[in-house]
Amino acid sequence: MPTNEPSQHIVTSYDQELKRLRAMIARMGGLVEQQVAESTRALVRRDTDLAAEVVARDGEIDALEREIEQFSVRLLALRQPMAQDLRLIIACMKVSQDLERIGDYARNAGKRAIVIANQPAFSSMNGFSRLAHLVQENLKGAIDALVNDDVARADEVWASDEQVDDIYNGIFRELLTFMMEDPRNITAATHLLFVAKNLERIGDHATNIAERVHFAVVGENLPDERPKADVSAYAVVRAPE
Amino acid sequence: MSMTDTTPASGFGGIQARNDAGVTAEPRISVRNLDFYYGPTLPKALKGINFDLPARQVTGMIGPSGCGKSTLLRVLNRMYSLYNGQRAEGEVLMDGRNMLDPKIDLNELRSRIGMVFQKPTPFPMTIWENIAFGIRLHEKLSKADMAVRIEWALTRAAIWNEVKDRLHTSAMGLSGGQQQRLCIARSIAVRPEVILLDEPTSALDPISTLKIEELIDELKRDFTIAIVTHNMQQAARCADQVAFFYLGELIEVAPAGQMFTAPKHQKTQEYITGRFG
Amino acid sequence: MSTTTMTFTRTPAEEATARAMSRRRRVMDQIIRLFCIGATLVGLFFLASILFTLLVKGLPRLDLITFTREFQPTTYGDDTAPLGGLLHAILGTLVQSGMGVLIGVPIGILVGTYLSEYAKGTALGNAVRFVSDVLLSAPSVLVGLFVYQLVVLPTGGFSAIAGSIALAILVIPVVVRTTEDMLQLLPNTLREAVIGLGAPKWKMITLVAYRAALSGIVTGVLLAFARIAGETAPLLLTSFGNNVVSWNLGNAMGSLPIAIYQQANSGFPDLIAVAWTGALIVTLGVLAINITARLFLARRK
Repeated sequence: MPTNEPSQHIVTSYDQELKRLRAMIARMGGLVEQQVAESTRALVRRDTDLAAEVVARDGEIDALEREIEQFSVRLLALRQPMAQDLRLIIACMKVSQDLERIGDYARNAGKRAIVIANQPAFSSMNGFSRLAHLVQENLKGAIDALVNDDVARADEVWASDEQVDDIYNGIFRELLTFMMEDPRNITAATHLLFVAKNLERIGDHATNIAERVHFAVVGENLPDERPKADVSAYAVVRAPE
Repeated sequence: MSMTDTTPASGFGGIQARNDAGVTAEPRISVRNLDFYYGPTLPKALKGINFDLPARQVTGMIGPSGCGKSTLLRVLNRMYSLYNGQRAEGEVLMDGRNMLDPKIDLNELRSRIGMVFQKPTPFPMTIWENIAFGIRLHEKLSKADMAVRIEWALTRAAIWNEVKDRLHTSAMGLSGGQQQRLCIARSIAVRPEVILLDEPTSALDPISTLKIEELIDELKRDFTIAIVTHNMQQAARCADQVAFFYLGELIEVAPAGQMFTAPKHQKTQEYITGRFG
Repeated sequence: MSTTTMTFTRTPAEEATARAMSRRRRVMDQIIRLFCIGATLVGLFFLASILFTLLVKGLPRLDLITFTREFQPTTYGDDTAPLGGLLHAILGTLVQSGMGVLIGVPIGILVGTYLSEYAKGTALGNAVRFVSDVLLSAPSVLVGLFVYQLVVLPTGGFSAIAGSIALAILVIPVVVRTTEDMLQLLPNTLREAVIGLGAPKWKMITLVAYRAALSGIVTGVLLAFARIAGETAPLLLTSFGNNVVSWNLGNAMGSLPIAIYQQANSGFPDLIAVAWTGALIVTLGVLAINITARLFLARRK
């Protein structure tokens, strides 16, 4: 997939500013990806030190979000961007919000990982690991699509979110079973349920990001209705340009 | 019909709901397969233009210098006929008649399609005479009717309050922005259906520019307007529909909202984002 | 990319070169300025000395008699004889120049309009403009000769009419030039603005273009008048000159330049003094017209 590298602006400093915006959003994306990965790893491996690190690092993401917003407002005011530039800047502002929310979920998962680590372990975390893996894949896909202006990748992420929903439903039933088997599991299972919900939410935000990328690159919104039931019917949503 | 009604706003056609961007209105002027030559040996300055000026909407025309946007305006009111050797082929349809037809009465055509230029062009006479000049070309009004019409035109052009006490002083003493609004008043005094504005604010300061833009917004209730501008923000602010010209071709026409957020054509994109050349 | 180190700051060596060049430019500037001032002073000196001479020699007879009496023979050797004046010549010049302007100006304005508004860029237009420019610099005695052949010989004698025609021929190219130039100064958008209101071309020209170019055209007319007021050669061959006031346009008529010519050649000091006064009157008249023309042009701004 060739990246849609636009030709240069006549005003060089404008190009540099847009490049800086992209760099900032890429850095934020990378950081959020890392937070999500480490929070789930801390949870699965019962690593409280790593969990504490994740919690502590969230402030950096919040700061980046503010920085991106201020920079975008400045660009809007001073450059009066049009068309693709306008869409990119708006997308960056909104994506940074999504990323900030994802960061909050990761921090929340980190906090809960510390609690869960002090509770008795479950026999199986398979479903949870699969959910975490899938959500991380989607998040990574969304951020890659954003950094590379890759519409095909974004559309893929957008169409694949509903697997996440299916797995989440499975985990929900699994955790209920654990709690019914042994009331001592209730604390851990409840926290885990929240983390699972957080992961599901992260998946939604990844979808949001994919939608923004699609709009920023193509200039058209994806349809309001996302594929809900059968994925195969929507296997090809849009031919890549 | 004479203007006996003293309330300026109730001119003709009544007050119409404003057209929002993107709402399709019936075309007032339709351009079909238009080619234009500045001389027998010169290449085409306009190549196969097809587009419509929707009634009671503002159409913005943008594009780099020499792209043909001003040329198109000059075809619409046959201004090019003043110059030997300039030639247009194709059709400019208004009420089903081709305005390029040699049999068309140019003076009548120009009374239906008014034009305002880049630099203000007050005539060397009083403000009153400036407005009356155009009216007298087409109508015989009594002194009282003339006074009503002049007040109406100056009011519609948002300059009445500034000049009502000095109607019989020279128009050359007005400021640039006032002169331009006077020229707009002079155009609408003839009661055209279409007003062509050729970079009307490029010689004006920002405040005068905003006054003209406000005026355009106001005038589109009654008139079909085409505005050529080099200022993209101005096209974005004023126009319902925007047309992008490049090297004599019409590259893209779209509602302003779409044109400036998500243009379809690569060239348009490059031009409006400042990536040309 | 180029590897030369291009910076915006100058090295000391470059600084020194720049200073040397700047010094040379200043010296050169001073020299040229001195030359220009010198040349102007030479010109002014001659002008001033002409004016001074005119005043010294012309003022003594700038009296009521000059303006109220016709030519009288010399009073040399007879102090009781009446002094002569220039009334016949002043009136003759006013009448002939006035008629020359009346005939020449409409023709000149129409031709100028044709060149500017109708024949721009056409071969015929260029030819007319060329001929008009040639006429502008043609020796005026040729014009006199032409009218002599065309009018004086067929009608059988010198006449004020013939003189007026000769002067009109001199007026035409001046007015053509100024009219065309002044109309050309008008912005094209002004024309298009009038046409754009639905006005026919003739209304555009007569109602707006002439009005906008009025002060320039009037200036041209005044300058043309000033020019013919001082013409001698064409009048010698056409209206010849007359020593008494004549209102008959079919007869010879006096004029200031010819009166000056004849009386200056007479050899009698009293007549020569009158000639000087005539020269002073022509000069002051032309000066007044020029100043009026300038005032007209200044009002334009």
